[in-house]
Amino acid sequence: MTNSTKAPAYDDVEVGTELPAATFRVTRDTLVRYAGASGDFNPIHWNERFAKSVGLADVIAHGMFTMAEAIRVVTDWTGDPAAVVEYGVRFTRPVVVPDDDKGATIEVTAKVAVKLDDHLVRVDLTATSAGQKVLGMSRAVVRLT
Amino acid sequence: MALDQSFVGRSYPPIEPYEVGREKIREFAEAVGDPNPAYLDPAAARALGHADVIAPPTFVFAITFKAAEQVIQDPQLGLDYSRVVHGDQKFAYKRPVRAGDRLSVTSTIEGVKSLAGNDILDIRGEVHDAAGEHVVTAWTKLVSRAAQEA
Repeated sequence: MTNSTKAPAYDDVEVGTELPAATFRVTRDTLVRYAGASGDFNPIHWNERFAKSVGLADVIAHGMFTMAEAIRVVTDWTGDPAAVVEYGVRFTRPVVVPDDDKGATIEVTAKVAVKLDDHLVRVDLTATSAGQKVLGMSRAVVRLT
Repeated sequence: MALDQSFVGRSYPPIEPYEVGREKIREFAEAVGDPNPAYLDPAAARALGHADVIAPPTFVFAITFKAAEQVIQDPQLGLDYSRVVHGDQKFAYKRPVRAGDRLSVTSTIEGVKSLAGNDILDIRGEVHDAAGEHVVTAWTKLVSRAAQEA
């Protein structure tokens, strides 16, 4: 659990320090739940017929879902999610979610890219699905102790 | 047709305050599969120094995007929403969103560009609590893809 991990100390991290990577599964069930929780009911996220009618290969995950999963690598690392003071991404490619029990996976790695003043570090994230980068310029500024 | 540059800098009136509930935060955390106790357990959140459970970092988008609908649906701006994709998203937090917050959002058009026939719209949402304190700023880039001429 996240609360049992000790938050890293600013003095202990270096540029290049890697955060524990994670893999997140996303199925159609996940997308229905996320649609309800977020209020984003765009049918490209749950209706294959509609998704294909607008030129997509299949139903795709909400970009904001992928963004929410990626930052978990950082919040799991810090324990306290409030340590994240800035977070931004570019949505470069959709995560296509097939209608089966396996769904798709989102793989996230992250490392400390810059040590800033005031106990802040910039963490750069990489998120891929099916071998393709799905988030670009994915960066978080994190306050450490 | 390219969007009107004169909309840059335009702000829209704040939306009715959104009241953040513990159960809504729980629902969101469960939807993204995140068991972090700071989202679920008030005692655990207090142990981290928060007044109540806090929301995951991207939770506030549901609120700022709702506010941005004023911009997206402004008939004078004339954005073709059926062609819109989400390009970039960024948040800068003064403090985390927490249960019990009553949040208002003021949306401002920060940029209007046309690139290769695509309309690009940058919207900034400033989120304040009931005391008027700044909580978070959200920047949303929307791209309205060029219509394909048959």
